[in-house]
Amino acid sequence: MAAIIRSLRSGCYQNLPGMITCVEFEDFILDYLEGSLPKRQRIIFEIHLAVCRECRDYLTAYKKTIELGKRIFEGTNASVPESVPEDLIAAVLAARSSAE
Amino acid sequence: MNLGGPIDKLRFLSARSSSRIRSCEERNGYRKSQLIERKLVGRALEPSEKSEQELVQRLKDKDPAAFEIFVRAHAGSMLAVARRIVRDETIAEDCVQEALLSVYRNIEKFEGRSALGSWVHQITVNAALNQLKKQKGRKELSLDPLLPMFDDGSLRVEPRVQVDQTPEDIVGNEKLRKYVLEQIESLPDPFRVVLILRDIEGFSTSEVADFLGDTVAAIKTRLHRARSALKKLLEPIWSEDR
Ligand SMILES: [Zn+2]
Repeated sequence: MAAIIRSLRSGCYQNLPGMITCVEFEDFILDYLEGSLPKRQRIIFEIHLAVCRECRDYLTAYKKTIELGKRIFEGTNASVPESVPEDLIAAVLAARSSAE
Repeated sequence: MNLGGPIDKLRFLSARSSSRIRSCEERNGYRKSQLIERKLVGRALEPSEKSEQELVQRLKDKDPAAFEIFVRAHAGSMLAVARRIVRDETIAEDCVQEALLSVYRNIEKFEGRSALGSWVHQITVNAALNQLKKQKGRKELSLDPLLPMFDDGSLRVEPRVQVDQTPEDIVGNEKLRKYVLEQIESLPDPFRVVLILRDIEGFSTSEVADFLGDTVAAIKTRLHRARSALKKLLEPIWSEDR
């Protein structure tokens, strides 16, 4: 039964006007998130998003991944010493004066 | 050590908020300076910008005290950037040293069209990318099994993932946070670097293309693959009963 439904859905995405397949949807994701998708393509993208559970779940997780990636480094910076090793600063200053 | 007098230092610190605040915000500090820079066009300079100009002028005059002020103000953020790219503390420090000396040698070329911070950010990234090229190739994971899957009818195959945790929850959990960092580190360098530069350092796609000497189209493809692979690698962490 599930296989029949999948094949019907696939037929709809491939044949109905204004519809795209999940593979085509995939190609639009980056531009969609950057807001650089032309209006017509954006509408087509959003129609697919509304009707396709898999792509909806995929995009939600994709966006959460980006957000998590951005936040995760805030943590690393907080855990490293705030100051730069003094010997690094000394080395840079010494290298500068010897370069004169 | 001569810091160029307390007044100079004070002026400089107030100009860049303070270096302490900056290092707490290292991750997006540079991005902010880029934003500020974009707002600069067509209006009078503020005091902070004036003192940055003064510092740049002193650097151009090869004033050693100015160089030390500059080093102390920027090295922290530079080190954070280099660490994210090269993943090794000693090599990251080498990058910062190289980048700082490069700033000193090339300050004449700084025309003030962008904020000093974003110029330094770019120099640091370039130094780190150069170091990365020198590193021996490590055994890298294959992205293919991590990329999106589709059936014969071009329909996506996507497992239902139970989501109980927010990004905040994960960042706040030491074990999960470490896991996420490890997954990012495990991405093959060409993909990892694009992800870091674009999503973490906040450069535009065309800026990343310039850094890596690649086309915008190639960078877009790699960015999308890197994000997709990371999404797959992170699937287990979203539900509580892993
Ligand atoms: Zn779909």
